[in-house]
Amino acid sequence: MTALRNAALVAVVGVAIVFQAVVLRYVSVDGVVANLALVLVVVVAISRGSQFAAAFGFVAGLMLDLAPPADHVAGRWALALILVGYLAGKVRQDARASPLAAVAVVGAMSFVGTSVFALSGVVLSDGALPVDLTLRVIAISVLWDVMLAPLLVPVLLRLVDRLDGDTTTSPALMPALRGN
Amino acid sequence: MRRRVLGQGPSNDGSRRVLGLLVLAALTVITLDSRAGSDSPLDPLRSAVGAVIGPAESATAAVTRPFADAISAMQTNKSLRSDVATLSAENSRLRGEVSTGPLDRQRLAELDGLTRTTEETGYSLVAARVVAIGPVQSFTRSVTIDAGTSSGITKNMTVLNNDGLVGRVVQVTSSTATVLLIADTESVVGARLGTNREIGFLRGRGAIADSGRLDLELVDNAVVPSAGDVVVTWGSENGVPYVAGIPIGRVESVTSSPRQSSRIAVIEPFADFSALDVVGVVVPRGTTGDRPVLSPGGITPGGAR
Repeated sequence: MTALRNAALVAVVGVAIVFQAVVLRYVSVDGVVANLALVLVVVVAISRGSQFAAAFGFVAGLMLDLAPPADHVAGRWALALILVGYLAGKVRQDARASPLAAVAVVGAMSFVGTSVFALSGVVLSDGALPVDLTLRVIAISVLWDVMLAPLLVPVLLRLVDRLDGDTTTSPALMPALRGN
Repeated sequence: MRRRVLGQGPSNDGSRRVLGLLVLAALTVITLDSRAGSDSPLDPLRSAVGAVIGPAESATAAVTRPFADAISAMQTNKSLRSDVATLSAENSRLRGEVSTGPLDRQRLAELDGLTRTTEETGYSLVAARVVAIGPVQSFTRSVTIDAGTSSGITKNMTVLNNDGLVGRVVQVTSSTATVLLIADTESVVGARLGTNREIGFLRGRGAIADSGRLDLELVDNAVVPSAGDVVVTWGSENGVPYVAGIPIGRVESVTSSPRQSSRIAVIEPFADFSALDVVGVVVPRGTTGDRPVLSPGGITPGGAR
């Protein structure tokens, strides 16, 4: 059952990655779109804590690194999302307490994740932009995630909690999956 | 009820150990992929993920396109307007299409333009559509197109559209391919000035918004390109990765700093990287696949206009 639930979570990441590359491009600001995979990792961290979220961040990041339009050195998003999952898990009690705190956590993690990704690019000299442009991209990216967080976090949190629920809920699990 | 309070102490230690292991794993992946150069050990994994995600992207794009078209038809974005104005001034044929025709007619015109490109350049093309665009926060400018090896596309093929050069194929699965745009910072194109045949190297700046310019560094320092000069591809052996004679853009301005020995010409690309739709992949003549190949004389150009 655990394996099945984890596979379902991976499928949700896949949907998020496809959605952000295909659909969100129509509303991108200078090509920057909301990072749904990152928001999902934060939600998983709030739901299940650091340890699981760090592992989940690794898987989600690796998928982002390997999924088609990506052409950067693989492992960079994986590294960024491991840290995002771990750090978000550390403040999960506060993020659970109020929706506003959850949005703040998403914003902070979006900043951390995108910055770590950009820094890894500078270290590897892999597609690094000038500092001012990089900061602009990070700022737009954080704004996107903060803007979508109030809509996404409650929905995703319910979905992830449901996937985490007791083992007898497999019929209830199906509509939750299909709904996404 | 679902909330589980983690105990402090031992579980905290465990979580830190897991973090350490995961970071190590990520660093291993980065090392493997960055050290190997063009022949990465992660390529099989990349193809496997691409084989699943690629078709999903094509399908999602097919479903969502009508909605997106409706939105883009109503878009009153300032930059979009100025782009349309510039283009229509440049091209009276397109002007009629843009202002009166529905979007499908524009696409037809793009395909028609591709057919004409094959006539003019003598290259064979496979037409494809852009289905996904890599987010800029990945600091890479790349797109997915909905044609792959089953249509005869392989790595390092030139990709162009109605306006000019778009990029080259860097990854390919059976039904999709990843195209690195020339606007990417990692992209280097051998380019030639249209007026005096001088050669140089064209690099992307990585941004696709209004500042989506390219930098041309000329090999010969004595040459001063003049504004408005057209830049075309210089071409390389067997047309890999770029075939010769494809228009890229126009010289906008020339800068030279005393610190740098060379002159840099700023190039305004013909292709609009933020609004890519129908593109053509240059394939060797006689290529067969699951979609039609536009070749010189193979398809008659569009009727009277």
